[in-house]
Amino acid sequence: MSNILSVVTFLPLVGALLIATLNAEAKGNARWIALWTTLVTFAVSLLIWINFDTNTASFQFVEEHAWLGPLKYKMGVDGISMLFVILTTFLMPLCILASWVSVQDRVKEYMIAFLVLETLMLGVFCALDMVLFYLFFEGGLIPMFIIIGVWGGKRRVYASFKFFLYTLLGSVLMLLAMMAMYWHAGTTDIPTLLQTKFPPDMQWWLWIAFFASFAVKMPMWPVHTWLPDAHVEAPTAGSVILAGILLKMGGYGFLRFSLPMFPNASAELASFVFTLSIVAIIYTSLVALVQEDIKKLIAYSSVAHMGYVTMGIFTASQQGIDGAIFQMLSHGIVSSALFLCVGVIYDRTHTREIAAYGGLVERMPKYAVAFMVFTMANVGLPGTSGFVGEFLTLLSAFKANTWVAILATTGVILSAAYALYLYRRVIFGVLEKASLKKLLDLSPREIAILAPLVLLTIFYGVYPAPVLDVTATSVKNLVQNYQSAQGTAAASAAPQGTQ
Amino acid sequence: MIYAAIVFLPLAGALIAGLFGRAIGDRASEAVTTAFLLIAAVLSWVAFFQVALGHETHDVQLLRWITSGELDVSWALKIDTLTSVMLVVVTTVSSLVHLYSIGYMHEDPSRSRFFAYLSLFTFAMLMLVTSGNLVQMFFGWEGVGLASYLLIGFWYQKPSANAAAIKAFIVNRVGDFGFALGIFGLFFVFHTVNLDALFAAAPSAVGKTFNFAGHDVDILTTLSLLLFVGAMGKSAQFLLHTWLPDAMEGPTPVSALIHAATMVTAGVFMVARMSPIFELAPNALMFVTYIGAITAFFAATVGLVQNDIKRVIAYSTCSQLGYMFVACGIGAYGAGIFHLFTHAFFKALLFLGAGSVIHAMHHEQDMRAMGGLRKKIPWTFAAMLIGTLALTGVGIPHLAGFAGFYSKDAIIEASYAANTPNNFAFWLLVIAALMTSFYSWRLVFMTFYGETRADHHTYDHAHESPPTMMIPLLVLSLGAVLAGILFAPYFIGHDETAFWGAAIFRGEHNHILHEMHEVPGWVSYSSLIAMIAGFAIAWVYYIGAPWLPAATARAFRPIYLFLLNKWYFDELYNLIFVRPAFAIGRFLWKDGDGVVIDGAIDGTAAGVVRITDRVVKLQTGYMYHYAFAMLIGVAAILTWLTYNGLFGGVLK
Repeated sequence: MSNILSVVTFLPLVGALLIATLNAEAKGNARWIALWTTLVTFAVSLLIWINFDTNTASFQFVEEHAWLGPLKYKMGVDGISMLFVILTTFLMPLCILASWVSVQDRVKEYMIAFLVLETLMLGVFCALDMVLFYLFFEGGLIPMFIIIGVWGGKRRVYASFKFFLYTLLGSVLMLLAMMAMYWHAGTTDIPTLLQTKFPPDMQWWLWIAFFASFAVKMPMWPVHTWLPDAHVEAPTAGSVILAGILLKMGGYGFLRFSLPMFPNASAELASFVFTLSIVAIIYTSLVALVQEDIKKLIAYSSVAHMGYVTMGIFTASQQGIDGAIFQMLSHGIVSSALFLCVGVIYDRTHTREIAAYGGLVERMPKYAVAFMVFTMANVGLPGTSGFVGEFLTLLSAFKANTWVAILATTGVILSAAYALYLYRRVIFGVLEKASLKKLLDLSPREIAILAPLVLLTIFYGVYPAPVLDVTATSVKNLVQNYQSAQGTAAASAAPQGTQ
Repeated sequence: MIYAAIVFLPLAGALIAGLFGRAIGDRASEAVTTAFLLIAAVLSWVAFFQVALGHETHDVQLLRWITSGELDVSWALKIDTLTSVMLVVVTTVSSLVHLYSIGYMHEDPSRSRFFAYLSLFTFAMLMLVTSGNLVQMFFGWEGVGLASYLLIGFWYQKPSANAAAIKAFIVNRVGDFGFALGIFGLFFVFHTVNLDALFAAAPSAVGKTFNFAGHDVDILTTLSLLLFVGAMGKSAQFLLHTWLPDAMEGPTPVSALIHAATMVTAGVFMVARMSPIFELAPNALMFVTYIGAITAFFAATVGLVQNDIKRVIAYSTCSQLGYMFVACGIGAYGAGIFHLFTHAFFKALLFLGAGSVIHAMHHEQDMRAMGGLRKKIPWTFAAMLIGTLALTGVGIPHLAGFAGFYSKDAIIEASYAANTPNNFAFWLLVIAALMTSFYSWRLVFMTFYGETRADHHTYDHAHESPPTMMIPLLVLSLGAVLAGILFAPYFIGHDETAFWGAAIFRGEHNHILHEMHEVPGWVSYSSLIAMIAGFAIAWVYYIGAPWLPAATARAFRPIYLFLLNKWYFDELYNLIFVRPAFAIGRFLWKDGDGVVIDGAIDGTAAGVVRITDRVVKLQTGYMYHYAFAMLIGVAAILTWLTYNGLFGGVLK
């Protein structure tokens, strides 16, 4: 159990190496090895959840080895990161299955890219050394890049390039900030850095630098425009990973670095984040309303949903952060599912134009049911997982600032508008178009992909306790430290004020 | 245990019909869902006698739901008199509507789906009324919204049905926006969303203010108003009413169940349920009264001129909901719930009767193409007549009458006793009563009397509906006749204090139920006079002098058009909300994202491309650029750290 995190993290890499030894013709073998690798990884990762102690806020399953100079190889999870590990291992087999038929070119390389990506993503959530985190964090973009660039759509080069530019600026600044932190604290060890009190002035700059990187990753308005393009060009499984996990790295980063390490700057800049979050919720919802491409619509809806996450995080309250984590996990399931749903019909008709569909329920009733469940989760209907996070973050926003709560809550109206309008145009209506008359309903493979997602969406909507129990203690600890940091800052500021 | 059974039997039915409908067939789906609902209805009446008449209350804990910090929400059932009244209304009407639908929908190819939706709706409605906390109530609240959306759009091939379904959901979401903010605010102030704890804590907030949207405002008034916005959406009150008439696109049994008897009354239920909060916020109650009275009046005016038989009844529902809100607004919650109770019977009866007419007329809904049907479908005619007598409140003061006679007259009397400014509530309700009587009899005369205006084929083949449809009409007719006389003593009479127990809270200065019995004699007769006057005018217009309606419409053409077009609310909302939303969306997309943001990015990109092209001569694949930049970055940090570490070590 002591090195389970390394095992889980590097199991996919082993699978990738195994596939690399195959010859290029062995498409089937590559698929099966990838599937089994991801399934085994998922199964092993469940041991982490089973053995996780929900009563402590400290890091668990910690392993530490000497590495380069002052750098250490250090892994560990707490209530904030653990479930992202599970989300990653859970989504991977579905991605492999979703690519089973649709990817026919360079299958071997494709599977290798996904498995490497899995290792790197798991590393992000497990790393307890800042530089290790950085390597995983930035490294994950390379396979993602290759996935979009090689197996993507027509404008993949433009999309990758946009992605590149956005991310570059953030990465450079984050790297500089990490250097400065090392300079100040003399370590890259994350648990130690969490105890370090950075001077308020320095916090401000560090906060901005990390923000540049995480805000792009979320993505927050106005640095969100890479996402719709990346989604549109990415293959289905690429979109799933992008929406399901890569976006969560930004939120995780805020929770791991910005909020606990720079609490004073976070408090000062919270209104700035609230403003951007609200703009994201309203602006991108309105933009989603007029989209003509299904994937773009869902991509914009993702940006709006991430607005609740950033808002919840920076309320720095139990409900806000619990809600933000829950929203990220739920969005990981629901938006992945929506992209998988788009993939299902794209595989059949090779178009994502909303106008090319209509009346699908006629031929694909099972598909219509699944799509309805995810649509309702996307609009935050109580009883689906989408509700819990939205509700908690809005609840916490009311405490922080009623205007924020009022404006953000308008999102529940707008999300209903764009989501139901999409559903109506794709699923309802009369099935008139000749190209749709011979469509087949979900295949057993597609049911195997979507059924677990449907069940989880409803299960966590009705019984979110397993998730909230995991996050409770760590979040409580985070909030307490945050508040005591405000107290000491206020105490040190107060005498100056009276002088 | 029986409470859990009442709530979850419909869910079980919905799951069986929804998931296995194809496997077990439409017949079996109908049988299972209807049987489960009938069991639930019987159990509900048992519960009603135990709880409401036996003065018990129960709390059934089911499962943890959302726990975060001091927020602690569970799935639980709270059963008191108010709940048990709603249980009876919901399960009785729902089971009858299930039964009726077996006949009404018998030609429809997707009956399993229909019955699954009906049962799902019933489950959500039951979760709403049994909730012991606001979040579960919100679950039911939005759940019935979902079911309503699915059922309005049941005939998904019809563009008008799809549009109506979306409209219903979104307008309801506007209401839910207020409801949600109300919940957030209550939690912010009282740190709980559980009803009992809220009610216990509410008096401590009387007269206190908090900052809301930049203003210092009275806590309880603001929060009550926010909750009421939710009620306005769900109960189709003035300004948020536009979805209800369009909802008639759904199959008629749906209109009877959801858009007459149950879901639309959820707002009234909520205000009564939250009476311990509302009673402490007199200004909010005044607003409720205003909105209720305006809705009662406004919807009745529109109902005067509609030609679609279902739309007339829909506007009538809207108007009657206004009566219920007036009752709540003036503190006569018992009278409001009593009207909810009787209205459920006679309005469901009218809708199902209208369904029987439509069934007989081969899906014709326009009353201008009906007439003379009383001889062709005498039983349906009788049912509709009873419904009309109940709705218009026929009865002899101090003696006996149909159901509406007790509940509606009680509200009108209470509205006089409440002394609203200029007695506006009283006068608006009396005028609305006159119009109610007019449009109800207009409907009866246009449909059943005179020479038929239907084409010969349709008229000749008009036939009475099958027993599955007539039995519900019979049961509801009994309700429309007896619900008032049997239950008035409990809901609003001398047994009312014991009947309601702690389920409804009245402030110490609230003596409305006492005062309403002491209004001047002419007030008691005013509704009777209004009812007779409405009947007389309708008789003159549609029996005595059938040329009068057209002549009147010509003479007062602007007013006629204004009413016919429902005061132009749809056009107005289209102009100020819908179209701007799309226009702004398009602008933000094309100009905001496209020109401004991407313009800046692409500009930078072009610059970078020029530079990097010179640095790295790679043909395509910008990922190499990225990988390259990252490698440099990593190399830099490693070098720097290593040196630092080394030198640091040396220096020490």
